[in-house]
Amino acid sequence: MKDQHLVTLNVNGSEHELVLESRRTLADTLRQDLGLTGTHLGCEHGICGACTVLLDGEPVRACLVFGVQADGHEVRTVEGLARGDELNDLQQAFSRHHGLQCGFCTPGFLMLAEAYLSTGPEADPDEVREVVSANLCRCTGYQGIVEAVTEVAAERRGEAKTAHD
Amino acid sequence: MTDTPGPGAAQVGRRVPRKEDHRLLAGDARFGADVQFPRIVHARMVRSPIAHGTVLRVDAAAARELPGVVDVVTAEDLPGDPHIPVRLEVAGTDLGERLQPVLAARTVRYVGEPLAVVVAEDPYVAEDAAELVEIEIDELEVLLDAGRAQGDDIVADFGLGYGDVDSAFEGAAHVIGMDVAVQRHSAVPMEPRALTVGYTHATGCLEIFGSTKVPAFNRQVLAGLLGVDEATIRMHAVDAGGGFGVRGEFYPEDFLIPWLARRLRRPVSWVEDRAEHLVAVNHSREQRHRIEVAVDDEGTILGLRDDVRHDNGAYVRTHGVIVPELTLAMLPGPYRVPAYAGRVRVALTNKTPCGTYRAPGRFEGTMAREQLLDLVAAELGMDRVELRRRNLLAREELPLTRAMHTLGTDVVLDSGDYVGLLDRALSRVDELGWRDLLARGRAEGRVLGQGVSMFLEKSGLGPHDTADVEITSTGRIRVHSGGTSLGQGIETVLAQVVADQFTVSVDLVDVVNGDTMLQPYGTGSWASRSTVVAGSAVLGAGRAVAERVRELGAQLLEAPPEDVEIADGEVRIRGAATNSRSLAEVWRAAQPGSPWLGAGEPAGLSARHRFSVDHMTYPYGAHVCLVEVDPGSGGVTVLRYLVAYEVGRAVNPALVEGQLRGGVAQGVGGALFEEFRYDESGQPQSTTFMDYLMPTASEIPPVDVVLCEDAPAATNPLGARGAGEGGLTGAGAALASAVSDAIGLPAMTGLPLDPETLVAAMARPATVRDRLRTDGIS
Repeated sequence: MKDQHLVTLNVNGSEHELVLESRRTLADTLRQDLGLTGTHLGCEHGICGACTVLLDGEPVRACLVFGVQADGHEVRTVEGLARGDELNDLQQAFSRHHGLQCGFCTPGFLMLAEAYLSTGPEADPDEVREVVSANLCRCTGYQGIVEAVTEVAAERRGEAKTAHD
Repeated sequence: MTDTPGPGAAQVGRRVPRKEDHRLLAGDARFGADVQFPRIVHARMVRSPIAHGTVLRVDAAAARELPGVVDVVTAEDLPGDPHIPVRLEVAGTDLGERLQPVLAARTVRYVGEPLAVVVAEDPYVAEDAAELVEIEIDELEVLLDAGRAQGDDIVADFGLGYGDVDSAFEGAAHVIGMDVAVQRHSAVPMEPRALTVGYTHATGCLEIFGSTKVPAFNRQVLAGLLGVDEATIRMHAVDAGGGFGVRGEFYPEDFLIPWLARRLRRPVSWVEDRAEHLVAVNHSREQRHRIEVAVDDEGTILGLRDDVRHDNGAYVRTHGVIVPELTLAMLPGPYRVPAYAGRVRVALTNKTPCGTYRAPGRFEGTMAREQLLDLVAAELGMDRVELRRRNLLAREELPLTRAMHTLGTDVVLDSGDYVGLLDRALSRVDELGWRDLLARGRAEGRVLGQGVSMFLEKSGLGPHDTADVEITSTGRIRVHSGGTSLGQGIETVLAQVVADQFTVSVDLVDVVNGDTMLQPYGTGSWASRSTVVAGSAVLGAGRAVAERVRELGAQLLEAPPEDVEIADGEVRIRGAATNSRSLAEVWRAAQPGSPWLGAGEPAGLSARHRFSVDHMTYPYGAHVCLVEVDPGSGGVTVLRYLVAYEVGRAVNPALVEGQLRGGVAQGVGGALFEEFRYDESGQPQSTTFMDYLMPTASEIPPVDVVLCEDAPAATNPLGARGAGEGGLTGAGAALASAVSDAIGLPAMTGLPLDPETLVAAMARPATVRDRLRTDGIS
């Protein structure tokens, strides 16, 4: 007998009721059950970070979280970043700075960076480098990723400041 | 940063934003594991837990009984005795006896070798069932050291060279030699392999998603093994999460998954996990060199010898023995070497089989040769750079034919200015203030060193590639190319090439790479060849279509063809922008039934062009770096890194720089961290990312790039040299050079430059002589 549970996930603002086996990972739930294949599995043991998503705003490895653990929580994936066809500022900065090549690790870096940026960091390049060293990229040498995150942090700080003024 | 040229501006040569980016950033890309079919089943490989042994029993009875299991197959279920064929033959070698079987029947030769496949309705159940397959193996003695291989374990023993080497060595003032070893490591792309295969029994057609690199070749192999016509197999274009040489070669799974889809008449999905990937996908790099050089008192090279032991793992796979052949053929590099003899013995051991990894054979050979040059400089009391400058081939000595061949072509070094490039690299380093940084750091007592390496690369391998270009109903331009998208940005590059034929933005161009139905004649993406060869094919096809558009457009405009031009995606009378026809209008005029389409004229606006080339083009470059060694831990920090690279002509400089930077990151990993280790029984010790250490952002410094376009290639109409590998080729050598400079050794004898090695090296006696002896350098 499969050990199944009825869970409710809020993913990118939409509610989903799912029957999940207790051992099914959040990554497989998103990819297989919801068709959100933008979340990628690179190692399935929590090192590479390609599967990073936000769980109630915090970055988690979706390969190390079970789908049932997300019951009643909010999940944000890479599919939730763009507004329609328009990429958000961070996505655009990744492209501008050539911060992606094959793009397989990219959703994980984007979600990791979104979590970091949501803290309103000062974000000098050294700190950004330290933060993004949580994930692995095999194509870019990381330079464009660091530049993109650093630039967007400054832009968002500027906007926040303007809004405050 | 990218720039977006306005309409009408040339696209080639610009930092055009990548066409691939939007779908990849939005999460809309389609990788092999993202493709779904109704009623799909999931395969799981059962792999040998033993490095060498006789298979006594593979019992699947318990696995078959698990609810949800659809099928379990072992070697005895397979048709015939399928083996993985060699794709890249080396003349004079016969490897037939040592090809890898699709599933092991009687003998297993490495941990990870496929023994059975389980298929289930659910991937979790497939994994459960795989664990229920009982395996009984009688263990045999393991061979793990290529240097101890004898008899049948030496699968090839061959040499390359030219000139009278013996005389060169006999008369030389100095003969200097050393041993240099490079450890086993490999590409390890972020996406593990994945195959999704659909099968329609009514038509007998297979739809394959995930075979990205050489799809046309893989289709041919698969058709042969299945005994079906190639036309019944379609390899689809999908995104690929990094290739670097290992992805997309024909592996056992590339037979098994389509074969299972036919057997079960159901779609089958197979997704490799990372633990499998690290033991199943081609390893690379493991070589031991005994290299020696004859020089005169001024350090001029008179002759070069190398005796290489190459560990190829348990079988010969698709690459045959091409990697060691490349090592030998490219070993003299950019230097004036009057006489050369290289020999290699390729050994089979009880480890994962090997193949190419970005800069195959050259990363290893460059490491050996450049360490030897560092040692010569130390022995003769010369400056390392001066020694190199003295021996680099001069511009006027090119082209140069070396009486050797590799990849089936003669080695003909085309144009170049090797000394000029070295000078540009070093003057940039001075501008960046490295000299001061080094001096100040050393004054503070820090253990710092600067390293330099020169390398020669090869690229643009033919013999041919084919491209189709067509105009579509809304006036867009479509390219069906034989290159494949492995993440390098080739869609953008090809779009740039064709966009200039119609003076449009790349936004109006759609590129599909590697779909065998749309382009059955592709040669694939490897050997830094796509921009050069596929790009030249696209250029030819684009020109032909533009010519047809001009011809038909002239009829529509009722003007002679010589009076019309194509500009901004329109055909118009020269100098009269108001009188024009859009590409869509010209397309409509070319449809069947159109009064403009003459009897016997083919409908549509399309052309196929094949570009053929006999010789490769040889890019070259220099790596310069600054490192710091922690005297306590032996840890190496890379502080600064610079690559100077001759690319002939950069179609998209941002993408070239990206290739070089990414290559450096892999080079830092290969030089400092990455190693597939085995214990004494042949059990792999690097099976997770906790043991196989790939560099993170913290280990990779910003990389300065000096992108040179001083020597356009004469072998192709774009003037381009390939750029896929040069970021990696010289990295091991440059980092070793920097480390030896830091800790006061004349040269390093191997990679990786790990803490254990460096702590031991630093603990040795202080005089250079003693260090030479204890390091095993003669």
